[in-house]
Amino acid sequence: MILGVRCVHKSFPAAGGRTVALNGVDLEVERGSFVSIIGPSGCGKSTLLQIMAGLAMPTEGSVFYEQQLVEGPPAGVLYVFQQYTRSLFPWKTVERNVSFGLENNGTMSGDQIAARTRELIGVVKLTGFERHYPWQLSGGMQQRVAIARALACRPAVLLMDEPFSAVDALTRVGLQELIRSLWRELNLTVIFVTHDVDEGVYLSTRVVALSRTPGTIAIDIPIELPSPRDQIATRALSAYLDYRAQLLAQLFADEGLKSAEAAWQI
Amino acid sequence: MADIVHTSSPESVPPSGKGRGTLGPLWNTRIVGVVFIGSLLVLWEIAAANAIFPPMSFPRMSSILSTWWQLVVSGELPGELLPSLWRMFAGYFIGVVLGVAFGLLMGYVRFFYNLLEPITEVLRPIPSPAYLPIMILFLGIDDEMKIFMIAFASVFPVLLNTYSGVRSVDPIQLQTARTFGVSGHKLLTQIVLPASSPYIFTGMRISLAVALIVMVISEMVAASSGIGYFILSAQRGFKIRDMFAGVLTLALLGYILNRLFLLIENRVLAWHYGYTQQRS
Repeated sequence: MILGVRCVHKSFPAAGGRTVALNGVDLEVERGSFVSIIGPSGCGKSTLLQIMAGLAMPTEGSVFYEQQLVEGPPAGVLYVFQQYTRSLFPWKTVERNVSFGLENNGTMSGDQIAARTRELIGVVKLTGFERHYPWQLSGGMQQRVAIARALACRPAVLLMDEPFSAVDALTRVGLQELIRSLWRELNLTVIFVTHDVDEGVYLSTRVVALSRTPGTIAIDIPIELPSPRDQIATRALSAYLDYRAQLLAQLFADEGLKSAEAAWQI
Repeated sequence: MADIVHTSSPESVPPSGKGRGTLGPLWNTRIVGVVFIGSLLVLWEIAAANAIFPPMSFPRMSSILSTWWQLVVSGELPGELLPSLWRMFAGYFIGVVLGVAFGLLMGYVRFFYNLLEPITEVLRPIPSPAYLPIMILFLGIDDEMKIFMIAFASVFPVLLNTYSGVRSVDPIQLQTARTFGVSGHKLLTQIVLPASSPYIFTGMRISLAVALIVMVISEMVAASSGIGYFILSAQRGFKIRDMFAGVLTLALLGYILNRLFLLIENRVLAWHYGYTQQRS
């Protein structure tokens, strides 16, 4: 286990008591796996991810990274935000954004930092845009800068909070392929929050479905699909469709629905 | 996939208008404004030549301009301007540094906000001429008094704007920095300060105007040198053209300082204009 939570509860003060976001979540993530956390909006997926990242504290329970108790953002665990435009630093160029984590590391020399930065910018196919400012790039490009920035620090674990939900469908496909190949090449552990069941099944080795009330894990299944995956071929496999059906059924059941036709009434 | 957005700073984007007649596109530039100023000067000249106002108090623009030129060439105006500039910049610099420091402190640490906000709101609205007599009592009538007054007045716009800037920093940027292990004072210098810089610059621009005003006031009340002193003593000595020449110098000074400031601001905050255009 590289990163895990034990008996995590999270509640917020609200008018007339407390709102419970998470109600006893246990999750252990194996090194090298790609875990997707899916669930309806407001079920606490992002909250759980922030707790795992050390950016938020649970009301009860504990988080462990490499057997150590997590009390703040641990080195080796990095978080990629959904709102990439707000996450990138607007006063820094693409280059300076990507080297941000390295500059604060303190262990690398100027030349090493420049080399690593160039490498990562190449990996996300943004060579030539080093001196641009984030606002001069399209949404997909900005998210690639955010990913490059995180990966420049060679984290062991990458936490991604609905990173592709704010880009168009075609860009999303490209980014999905990018993250899959980076996961394999760099031996990362990825924990990926998404509301899109298809994306979760396609990308991962394991899918965890969070239910809304109570905020606990409803389903936790390994995804046994062949690797490398293909956007067209893999998504046509019967195994893929079975996983998808199972998870969607859980999603609807969670919302108290009998079928998809009533889904718009949520 | 590459959308490159070109932008320009607000200063060079005029409001829209239609080109008209022979002048065509020139109507849409600030040439119109410059011509307007020129016309007013010509109007002044004509009015003064025809003694619309008492000629003692209302000399011709041409004689004001020639007096001004004589004073410049003889070195008298530059000689008066130098001590003024020194006082103003010394006070302005101190005021900006203190304003940014306190603004950051109050924005970052709630306790300091609670501690200092009430007294800031009490002292800030006091017009500088009101505490001038107190300053004279404690600091005399030399440069120290003037620099102190200018600094004191310059602090507040910078402080308030810096505070606003700190409070407006996007929490996602702070969270991002935290996930990379940046915290404490590094967060302040690496994230909060750059993110607040547009606000800080706004405060600095306001303080520049304030510093100029307080500098002139302090020189008019208690000084033996400086441009403010020059203007007032010219008026008292009935050297009216000299007086107008001094005011003209101040107008030019203010204009030049503002343009210089904007030049620097546009360089430093180039990233900001594009960023805000994208978000709108």
